[in-house]
Amino acid sequence: MDNDSPRTEGPDLRDEAVRGLLDRYWISNLKITLFLLFLWAVAGLGCGILFADHLNAWILPGTGYPLGFWFAQQGSIVIFVLLILAYCVYMNRLDAGHHSELEELGEKKRD
Amino acid sequence: MGVIGWTYLFVGLSFGLYLLIAWLSRVSTTKGFYVAGQGIPAIANGMATGADWMSAASFISMAGLVSAMGYAGGVYLMGWTGGYVLLALLLAPYLRKFGHYTVPDFIGDRYDSTTARLVAVVCAIFVSFTYVAGQMRGVGVVFSRFLEVDVNVGVVIGMVIVFIYATLGGMKGITWTQVAQYWVLITAFLIPAIAISIKLTGNPVPQIGLGGVLRPEVAGEDGVFLLDKLNQIQEDLGFTRYTDTFTGAWDKVNVFCVAFALMVGTAGLPHVIVRFYTVRTVQAARWSAFWALFFISLLYLTAPATAAFARYYMIQSLSGKAAEELPAWFSSWNATGLILWFDDGDGRVRYSAGEDNEIFRKHPQITAVQLASIQGEHQRWLDTSGVDGTDARRVFREKGLSGPDRDIIVLATPEMAELADWIIALVAAGGLAAALSTASGLLLVISSSVAHDFYYRVINKSASEKKRLAVGRGVIGLAVVVAGVLGIYPPGFVSQVVAFAFGLAAASFFPAIVLGIFSKRVGAVPAVSGMIAGIGFTAAYIIGCVFFKMEPWTFGIFAKGINPQGIGSIGMVINFVVTLGLTPFCRAPDESIRLMVDSVREPEGIGPPVDIEAAPEH
Repeated sequence: MDNDSPRTEGPDLRDEAVRGLLDRYWISNLKITLFLLFLWAVAGLGCGILFADHLNAWILPGTGYPLGFWFAQQGSIVIFVLLILAYCVYMNRLDAGHHSELEELGEKKRD
Repeated sequence: MGVIGWTYLFVGLSFGLYLLIAWLSRVSTTKGFYVAGQGIPAIANGMATGADWMSAASFISMAGLVSAMGYAGGVYLMGWTGGYVLLALLLAPYLRKFGHYTVPDFIGDRYDSTTARLVAVVCAIFVSFTYVAGQMRGVGVVFSRFLEVDVNVGVVIGMVIVFIYATLGGMKGITWTQVAQYWVLITAFLIPAIAISIKLTGNPVPQIGLGGVLRPEVAGEDGVFLLDKLNQIQEDLGFTRYTDTFTGAWDKVNVFCVAFALMVGTAGLPHVIVRFYTVRTVQAARWSAFWALFFISLLYLTAPATAAFARYYMIQSLSGKAAEELPAWFSSWNATGLILWFDDGDGRVRYSAGEDNEIFRKHPQITAVQLASIQGEHQRWLDTSGVDGTDARRVFREKGLSGPDRDIIVLATPEMAELADWIIALVAAGGLAAALSTASGLLLVISSSVAHDFYYRVINKSASEKKRLAVGRGVIGLAVVVAGVLGIYPPGFVSQVVAFAFGLAAASFFPAIVLGIFSKRVGAVPAVSGMIAGIGFTAAYIIGCVFFKMEPWTFGIFAKGINPQGIGSIGMVINFVVTLGLTPFCRAPDESIRLMVDSVREPEGIGPPVDIEAAPEH
């Protein structure tokens, strides 16, 4: 998950090839960020507030929670925690991929 | 040993622990002082962020608010947790990569503008002082309620403790102390919740208990869900049903705006953002955001359960009871004025939403002497069957003091559940931990804003490390004193302007930081104009509503005006619109700024923070 001895020297961002890699990394980053923010809005603002009155017509199966109430006071918070977890796992993997791409690029340059 | 004895023991032990930690983690560099040397492990940083975030209000008042508001209480639960998703996805990793010390630092450097930095400094200081005054007061209130000392003495004790560990250890001392404070406060919150959950539903997990069935011996019938029963009782007494959405002033627009403003405001609060500067890597910054919300959610998922349990329990144990049947907790909290009973002459308690309600609370500004005279008048009114004296119920109803004080929900829960004295004492230590941890985090933001952003970056750019550390310590000391004075002489508006802190953060920092990271095109002029427009609108609306009795409005778009707590949502939109609208007409940032944005986005190559003296841009 996290690198214990991070490189203090970053890659040279003026280099075209490095920039290309950063742009690709950034696009994947934006995609996952927007996707997770969409889920965030659906869970918190949508189910917890905008549709809460309609959802309250149902009961969370096996419990006494009306569904809209459950989203507002329990469900949305659980989903928020899971969203950040998903982000950490995905992004840290993306970072590792980006790291090895940069290493490869560095090796190619040296050859 | 009684409750008081246990409380002295726990409070003494926990304070000793905080001071010991402070001594062990004392620092001698500005890096250690402001960002704990950036060596805090992600999980510890998560706990510290949790303690920093959960204030006296979260610990003592939030469950009570939810209890009184029912469904609409969810705005606080969702608002104060949902912001962490924004923080984790949009701010934390990038600000850590940026690697300086404060929020104004990022805004000042990214927009390459002293004006932007100063606007950010003023916002950071204002937001933090509004908040910290409430914390100091919270310390005093806990002392006075549990230890029977004067509120002001309590504030002074709190000041001394915070002063010692904040000046000694800076961010490092504060962080490790907060880790300890997290455990104190979460234990104190969970034990009573679990106990009352077992008592009412037989299930030790409060979140399951809340959705579960009441024990037959409690409900008097088999298989009835707690929430159904609570809804029915509320309806019988004339209140709105507990789980019903959008009742009274809380229509959909207001619930939405307040929740959204709290979310965005949370993501923009400087004392939370600064926590992500204290870890070693970008990856660790992401993990600390996860751990932070995980640890926070333990309290936030339990609070709604405590709220509903206590609500049910309180109504059931008071409603229709004669004086001699009232539970012991009633008389002990009756003495503090958090709950008062004015009978209508039938000798039985009636708690309802209507004019026949007999349960009230004392306003902090009503003195004991005034209360005694009101009670005397009421007795005369009863004795003379209304010919003479004054009906205290009418007096209190007209003052808007119907129903018990919301703080009683958390403070009296252990007694309602008939728990041992030491658990009641633990709640006192927990409340103090919550108030002190938040106060210290805020004081550090004030100190770094003044000593680092203003003194060092604007006034004296050649100040030595030693001198800057001395100024940092001096400012934190001064800020403790100011916060303490605000706690002892609370300006009447403190509780009302906490909404301001969130609104201001939402309308100023959040858009400026997000656009600074996600756009390379936005320059200084649009960003500063956006911040000023956002703050100006938000401030004008809140000040108008709170101080000049302006009616909330929405240009007539919605049926009800927007609650001042929710106006930050609109302020934020205005900030975004102004900034993005002006951007095409203004100069794009220089090549060096664009490179800086690239380096903030690039996860590789993170080191210890830039050595300020050697940093290229100075």
